[in-house]
Amino acid sequence: MARESEDPAMTKASKVKRQRKKKPKENKTRTVHANILYDNAKGEENPNRHYANNEIKTTKYTLLSFLPKNLFEQFHRFANVYFVFIALLNFVPVVNAFQPELALAPVVFILSVTAIKDLWEDYRRHRSDQEINHMDCLVYSRAERRYVEKYWKELRVGDFIRLRCNEILPADVLLLSSSDPDRLCHIETATLDGETNLKQRQVVRSFYDLDCDFNPLKYNSIIECEKPNNDLNRFRGYIIHRSGRRDALYKENLLLRGCTIRNTEEAVGIVIYAGHETKAMLNNNGPRYKRSKLERQMNVDVFWCVIILLVMCLFAAVGHGLWMFQYGDKRPVFDVLSPEGTDLSPIMSAIYLFLTMIIVFQVLIPISLFVSIEIVKICQVYFIHQDMELYDEETDSHLQCRALNITEDLGQMQYIFSDKTGTLTENKMVFRRCTVAGVEYSHDANARRLAMYQEMDSEEEECTSHGGTLPRRDSVTSHQSARVVLRSQSTKSHRRTGSRAEAKRASILSKHTAFSSPMEKDITPDPQLLDKVNDCSSQMDFMRFHSQPTSQLPSDLADIIDFFIALTICNTVVVSSPNQPRQKVRMRFEMKSPVKTIETFIRRFTPSRLTSGSNNSSSSSLITNRSSNKGCSSLLSSPSAESTLTKLDEEQTPRGLEHAFSPVPPCYDGKGWNLEEGELRYEAESPDEAALVYAARAYKCSLVGRLPDQVTVELPHLGKLSFELLHTLGFDSTRKRMSVVVRHPLTDQITVYTKGADSVIMDLIRPPDTGSSKGKRQKKIVNRTQNYLNLYAADGLRTLCIAKKILSKEQYACWLQRHLEAETAIQGREELLFESALRLETNLHLLGATGIEDRLQDGVPETIASLRKAGLQIWVLTGDKQETAVNIAYACKLLDPEEEILTLNADSQEACALLLEESLHYIQAKFLCSSTEQATKSFHGSFAPFEIYSSSSPSSHSSSHTAAPFTVHRLGLVIDGRTLAYALDKSLEDKFLAVARSCRSVLCCRSTPLQKSMVVKLVRNKLKVMTLAIGDGANDVSMIQVADVGVGISGQEGMQAVMASDFALPRFRYLQKLLLVHGHWCYSRLANMILYFFYKNAMFVALIFWYQFYCGFSGSAMIDQWYLIFFNLMFSAFPQLITGTLDKDVSAETLQQLPQLYVNGQNSEEYKPYMFWMNMIDAFYQSLVCFFIPYFAYADSDVDLFTWGTPITTLALFTILVHLGIETKTWTWMNWLSIAFSIALFFTVALCYNASCPTCYTPSNPYWTMQRLLQDPLFYLLCVITPLVALLPRYFYRACQGTLFPSPVQVGRQLDKLPAETRRNILSLSRVKVGSPLSPKPPFLSLTKPSPEVCNKKDQRSFPGSKTSQGPVLQTVQQSGRSPLGPTDTERGLSDLYTLLPTEIDTLPYTKDAPPLSGGPHPPSSQDSECLDKTLEAADLSLSSWITSTPLLTQTDSVQLKLPPDGDSQCVTYTRSSEEGLKSDHSVHPAQRTEQAADQSLHTIL
Amino acid sequence: MIGAMMASSYNEDGHITVSGPGGGTLRSKKPENTAFKQQRLPAWQPILTAGTVLPAFFIIGLIFIPIGIGLYVTSNNIKEFEIDYTGEDVSSPCFNCSQSFSWNSTRPCTCVIPFYLEQPYESSVFMYYGLSNFYQNHRRYVKSRDDSQLNGDMESLLKPSKECEPYAMNENKPIAPCGAIANSMFNDTFELFYNDPNGTKVQIPLSNTGIAWWTDKHVKFRNPGLNNPNLTAAFQGTTKPVNWRRPVYELDSAPDNNGFINEDFIVWMRTAALPTFRKLYRIINKTSNMVPTLPRGNYTLEVVYNYPVRSFDGRKRMILSTISWMGGKNPFLGIAYITVGSVCFFLGVVLLIIHHKCGNRSNSADISN
Repeated sequence: MARESEDPAMTKASKVKRQRKKKPKENKTRTVHANILYDNAKGEENPNRHYANNEIKTTKYTLLSFLPKNLFEQFHRFANVYFVFIALLNFVPVVNAFQPELALAPVVFILSVTAIKDLWEDYRRHRSDQEINHMDCLVYSRAERRYVEKYWKELRVGDFIRLRCNEILPADVLLLSSSDPDRLCHIETATLDGETNLKQRQVVRSFYDLDCDFNPLKYNSIIECEKPNNDLNRFRGYIIHRSGRRDALYKENLLLRGCTIRNTEEAVGIVIYAGHETKAMLNNNGPRYKRSKLERQMNVDVFWCVIILLVMCLFAAVGHGLWMFQYGDKRPVFDVLSPEGTDLSPIMSAIYLFLTMIIVFQVLIPISLFVSIEIVKICQVYFIHQDMELYDEETDSHLQCRALNITEDLGQMQYIFSDKTGTLTENKMVFRRCTVAGVEYSHDANARRLAMYQEMDSEEEECTSHGGTLPRRDSVTSHQSARVVLRSQSTKSHRRTGSRAEAKRASILSKHTAFSSPMEKDITPDPQLLDKVNDCSSQMDFMRFHSQPTSQLPSDLADIIDFFIALTICNTVVVSSPNQPRQKVRMRFEMKSPVKTIETFIRRFTPSRLTSGSNNSSSSSLITNRSSNKGCSSLLSSPSAESTLTKLDEEQTPRGLEHAFSPVPPCYDGKGWNLEEGELRYEAESPDEAALVYAARAYKCSLVGRLPDQVTVELPHLGKLSFELLHTLGFDSTRKRMSVVVRHPLTDQITVYTKGADSVIMDLIRPPDTGSSKGKRQKKIVNRTQNYLNLYAADGLRTLCIAKKILSKEQYACWLQRHLEAETAIQGREELLFESALRLETNLHLLGATGIEDRLQDGVPETIASLRKAGLQIWVLTGDKQETAVNIAYACKLLDPEEEILTLNADSQEACALLLEESLHYIQAKFLCSSTEQATKSFHGSFAPFEIYSSSSPSSHSSSHTAAPFTVHRLGLVIDGRTLAYALDKSLEDKFLAVARSCRSVLCCRSTPLQKSMVVKLVRNKLKVMTLAIGDGANDVSMIQVADVGVGISGQEGMQAVMASDFALPRFRYLQKLLLVHGHWCYSRLANMILYFFYKNAMFVALIFWYQFYCGFSGSAMIDQWYLIFFNLMFSAFPQLITGTLDKDVSAETLQQLPQLYVNGQNSEEYKPYMFWMNMIDAFYQSLVCFFIPYFAYADSDVDLFTWGTPITTLALFTILVHLGIETKTWTWMNWLSIAFSIALFFTVALCYNASCPTCYTPSNPYWTMQRLLQDPLFYLLCVITPLVALLPRYFYRACQGTLFPSPVQVGRQLDKLPAETRRNILSLSRVKVGSPLSPKPPFLSLTKPSPEVCNKKDQRSFPGSKTSQGPVLQTVQQSGRSPLGPTDTERGLSDLYTLLPTEIDTLPYTKDAPPLSGGPHPPSSQDSECLDKTLEAADLSLSSWITSTPLLTQTDSVQLKLPPDGDSQCVTYTRSSEEGLKSDHSVHPAQRTEQAADQSLHTIL
Repeated sequence: MIGAMMASSYNEDGHITVSGPGGGTLRSKKPENTAFKQQRLPAWQPILTAGTVLPAFFIIGLIFIPIGIGLYVTSNNIKEFEIDYTGEDVSSPCFNCSQSFSWNSTRPCTCVIPFYLEQPYESSVFMYYGLSNFYQNHRRYVKSRDDSQLNGDMESLLKPSKECEPYAMNENKPIAPCGAIANSMFNDTFELFYNDPNGTKVQIPLSNTGIAWWTDKHVKFRNPGLNNPNLTAAFQGTTKPVNWRRPVYELDSAPDNNGFINEDFIVWMRTAALPTFRKLYRIINKTSNMVPTLPRGNYTLEVVYNYPVRSFDGRKRMILSTISWMGGKNPFLGIAYITVGSVCFFLGVVLLIIHHKCGNRSNSADISN
């Protein structure tokens, strides 16, 4: 924090200084000179002196500033100020209540605990700073003319540093030289963004052609760049050479602090940003502080405590005034004058007394509550950290709590907003199927293989759980998946199962590498396609040797080979060999600098060269030039074999067509190359790239090497082909595609391979001229491909289209001209490059499409199911397209096939408004109409088992839903980004919310990051609910930040989401335990602890209050001031901390098996406003008992003040502890110990205190009091009876409550007590039984309005266990099916349709890999189908014709309601659809099939 | 625990974690599988239902009622006699004396109160004086003393703490003992006579030692000038409290009961908890086993009436009481025990009914269903 405030100040200062002497224009940039030029000047002259140095200081305090600064910070907390005020009040003699020094004790204690914590934290920071500051690096010294070792902190901006392999970068460095022959430097950025793949960084272009040694002394350029900022992905600037030439600088030239140099022997760079100005440091924002809902509620009650305190003080003051008044002028002997001897008027003394009472009653404001809560939260975080079940072995990471103070919010979530890719899915892309040239290759074997992984996973887990840990073995060397899993351990250990568990072990072995798991790598090729590839390449081989032009190849075969070439090279995948993961495989067949200038282009692509290939003086000179360079560097890094080989290659290079087919000797790279090529590893920036490369490899088209200017591919029969890589137009999210421009070695044509989202690519396809047969064929291919694409999407696959384009030399030259201009532009370079890319990617020729499966993460459907049972509304916000999203949603059970789906696609504001209106009407009509029938039928026999809960559950729900007029129905809402934009408009947001909240699940597709956060904000602010956002990528950051609790998935896509999150999980499924178990525990623990705190303080303070009636309201306390002050702080502090940390109301197992218990936290049932008052009342009752039993027992006796007060203190302590005991649900030895410790502590302190000094402790002077009390039998008698009487009501109430109206949590606890087996049996039944009344569905069951028939049917289906539970439930459904009292025919028709269609789908080919849902679509009972007979036929007909052609299967289970495009369509409403029933519905389908123009018309799909 | 936490949170602070050149820590971060860390400590999980708490109620009932009866009987066996001699009433023998308001009247007022003991007091009898409406627990009153002075500290003797204000100095001399408590010390004296059936008046010997706490007399309260037998010299330079008639070193003739260690004084200095209180005045020791300490019959109490209480509507009493192991006569605790025991028993029955009516239902619903 201090740092943050420091930095702007510092930069401001430097800015101001520079402003004075330099042109104002330069304020926006930073100018870096080389330091060695100024070495002697030492500061004064050095233009870099204003920049921050590399010493980092993240500490808040220095030794001197610690005390004032820390105190200042602590006094920001209002409570601390209050307590200090009270402590100071004690120094005023008129009002003082305690010994002033003693009164300071609690405040000092609290402040010092916090201060010690801060100090410790700061010290650790300091130590780590020291460690970092004292790391070594090589800095060029002008004096010594060599690189000398220096500490990091001595580094200055403008220094030259030399970096060696595996070194961590000390600052942000501009790369000037690299030992790498390609002038590259590889860095690993895991510490910055968590991405483990290597990134390439390039030497600044002007230094590219330098000789092997960079000499800092010769450097005399000036660097002009941006001011320090925290954008990791941006760096702009230019370097000005002495000659005046300017060269642009990119982020590719910048090495960031914290990254590690890999694969590069040596690199030299100049420091641009140092210390706190580095991007890494600017990016780190420290932990977040949020205030939890519980704390907000608590603060309200703290406020109430203040009110109570004031009322009590006022009461006492008035009482004192009256008491004084009654004596009138006759001053009694015991009414002592003020120290000055003056007589106080009753009013004055009342005023003084008011202040005194504030001091005496200060305990009511729980001073230690804040500290205790902090301690408990820290412990809770610790336990969450330690949970084994939240540890992911695969990534060796566990849950991180980044926000320390909102753990209890986890137990109160109501809405979950989830990203899809990488959150619900693994973001592990597995190639599933593809279509090439309009032919689909379904890869059935591959699908079977993938299915096996799942099986093996479960088996593996079983095995490991039984057999302990298997010996770790190097599974890296083999990747063929086993088809059979042997159960025997010994055999197993020698086999490669390739399952995830295997991958786990592999990843443990090779940490810090981003290799795909075998599942992603081992793709089983489709035999048909494999044959074709072989066929094709052998033909090409043949043709090559006969020098036939390849254009004679049949076009479909050509497409196939092009398709795979595109898969292989159209990416940014880096190849490395397995044994030295970070050692790049080098295969240089040809040395060419990339086309950077138009001259080189012209030089290289002159027709003469292309045609004859005999003369290439210019290029060969270039080659020799480079090869000398190469030789120099090869001394450093590359194996000698390589360099000789490259030379060999070079000789052979320029041989026309032949040049690419270099006969590569098999002994290419020593042992590395002897391995089968499959051993090459691919490191990709995005997993789908890797998936495609692996897919191509399965067809023997493998990528074997990638250099900045060339890609080498090995093809069957053809051997290795080198493609000269002219340009790479990287992927961006606006274009949604990437392209590479290569020179095809076979045809020597300049070819553009483009890969991208189908929606964009399909628009860029060259419209085939329909005249020719070829054109017709083309059109057919496009149409077919589109169909398959839809199919893939429907299957939940990610689709990519592959296209190519052949450029003529002229076209290329023309494009290149402008592209180079764009590249060198300094202003608006990004935009120009973007436009340039757009110019290139037109008129493409479609090759095919791929379907990649983004596999669901383990346990996602189960997690979603149980989270939903827990009453959480789950919304998925994804950028994916609608079809993919919907299908993933089905796969993960977010949408239920039985659910009706409301699809909102509108393309104007009005249309959107109309749609929302429609949907709202529909929902109301459907779910509210039959409320009267409902009343008569709600007491259906099948619900008898719920009866026992009926008393508690409706109340809880009515309270939680009173604010909500809508209840959740079995509806799904799908909305796309465009419609969402309209719906989020101010005028429509309320309607949108009304619709969305009545749906069980909401799916927003194609939504932008901003929309995601807007949705979250809308729901959070309007519905006043607790929201949780979970995501893994940078696009989820805004949503994560907006939500009450942000959760990041620390998965594949970097750390940005994690950095922004409050909690970081390794996998989505851990959310279940985090919320259901830890959230619940944290919430109930803290809620109970806070309530207990209030109770405890009130009970203790009230004792003194009652005493005021017996001491003339004089502010006297019978409790010794020591006890009074330390009671909270010491005597009663530990047990509540232990209980607050360890208490488990229900066991983790039961909480997970009965997610319904989560509702407890959502409705804040542990801590409702009335509970505060109930606790207060109880506290006052208990204090009355604790006061009056000793009062009567000692009435009219010779007891003195403190001999009477000490038993009261003791009794209060006992009562408070036993009270805690009643509230404690689990007693571990720690609880016992803490209570015993508390009691022992009290007596020890009391005995010591009472024996220590006979005169010291005025006014109480309790010498030997406790000792005498312990000899008094009366004391013991009191100790037995008083706590008992005080707690009798609570105990009795708890017992009655436990029996008469147990809360769900208590039921859960009772289940806990049962033996495991019985519990399992009950739970399997209670899916039906306990589940229903507790889940948010009960209002749907018993309170709200669906027609009973629909209701029953749905309920039955909603519980997977219901089938096995046979008996009453099924019977009642049948009864109700027969029941003549059903709703109108049309209604039944409708509802039946919904349930029927999914079962039909089940048989369809494209849903088969959606895992069969146990509770999902199952055949309707005979009765159901009977009554459907009449509709069945029609449905069947329309369906069968429909399904074959329409890939959007998801919409089958929907009634469509087509509205004319114009706005005045209110006439077409839900009533129409229900009246016309099936006929009209189905007549819509064909229309929809043929008319993809449905986009134009807005249609509600209900 | 906290330390471990901070380590991790600290790393999340965004520090670059320094790792070895290999760039990786080999130790797995896997949490330890201990019962504590996994929150699986063996635990007792009581569930409060009618069925489970039933026995507790009955047991409490069964234990408390006998205890209560025992206490009640014990309390009832204590004999206690009380005379209010405030003299509010005109008919009261002390009426005249009570009209005097002055603390320092030179002429002592004596009143004689006859009374009749209906029962003989067998064991030692404790004689108390009782005051009502006297707020000895008033905050400023309680503080108004100097413990160091009372502990014999010479410095404090001559320079009393400011807590004693405004009773610290009088006529520029330090007051010994200072403060409001000492100043308002009870100064009535009692003499008890047994009116023998023969008509002779026998004075009953009252012992004035052993009435204060041993620790008070021997540790807390010390006379100044250690072991100086001449108290007058020790208290040189001090003056008596304003309301007192005699200086502190003339409280008693016996040297070990004089000055600050005078037991009457010590007893008074132990401020009472409640506005109605009694303080031990004298002990009538049991002389022999054969004769009751106070036989049945007529007695005369002679009170030297000095202490004004009418200004605050106070009452003064003289109490004679025997004591038992549980102190003086107080039936409250016995009754409380009996009541609580019965209530528990009753609630136990209620719970039993609840258990039978509802407990079975929910249990069967939970378990058998």
